[in-house]
Amino acid sequence: MPGAQIETKLWVWQRLSAAVLGVCVFVHLGMIIYAVQGGLNAAEIITRVSGNFLWFVFYAVFILAVAVHAPIGVRTILNEMTPLSPKATHLVMAVLCLVILVMGFRAVIGLYQAGAGL
Amino acid sequence: MKTGAHRNHPHYWAFVLHRVSGLLLALFLPVHFYVLGLAIEGAATLDGFLDWSSTPLAKLGETALVILLAAHLTGGLRLMALEFLGTRESSKTAVAVATGIAICTGMAFALNGT
Repeated sequence: MPGAQIETKLWVWQRLSAAVLGVCVFVHLGMIIYAVQGGLNAAEIITRVSGNFLWFVFYAVFILAVAVHAPIGVRTILNEMTPLSPKATHLVMAVLCLVILVMGFRAVIGLYQAGAGL
Repeated sequence: MKTGAHRNHPHYWAFVLHRVSGLLLALFLPVHFYVLGLAIEGAATLDGFLDWSSTPLAKLGETALVILLAAHLTGGLRLMALEFLGTRESSKTAVAVATGIAICTGMAFALNGT
């Protein structure tokens, strides 16, 4: 695929993921401000999200959107501000995407199932 | 044109803030997921970390992160409005509003958590 076509596709994917993230981050910030009242503890976090399918779907969508958005942004910064080759920045993007997906879903699935241990 | 004159403009600083916040948030994400993943090892492990995170220095860091997240959100919304709606005339105001909302969000977090 020619370079310009890749750039266009990545631009579109970053804007689409940004639109999803706009909603997710808004909800997440609201939840953070609500949840910190009186301090945070593990039981409270686990009780809120474990076994709750709606929260699971919300955070799954959140992670998928972040895994698209953040690596493309990092690649753009590296392309514009470092001497790294396009191949190298593409590799960084792919690795970051994988790290976010694996670590994100490990955390979300873990929290979804954690209620059984309480 | 004087070298660096472009820096004396709200849009340049909005661009810098969007870049820096995005990069810092991307670096923070794996740490955030690691901490949440501690719940898998049991509530006590996560509580151990949460106790540490209630120290004043950690609270300051958390507040900074909330401001960065809110700044990236509002800056991104402003950017998309520029790209898709062409709201160029009022964009200086948009920079100010976006920054203000981000700071207010951070303050709401800091005041609620103490």
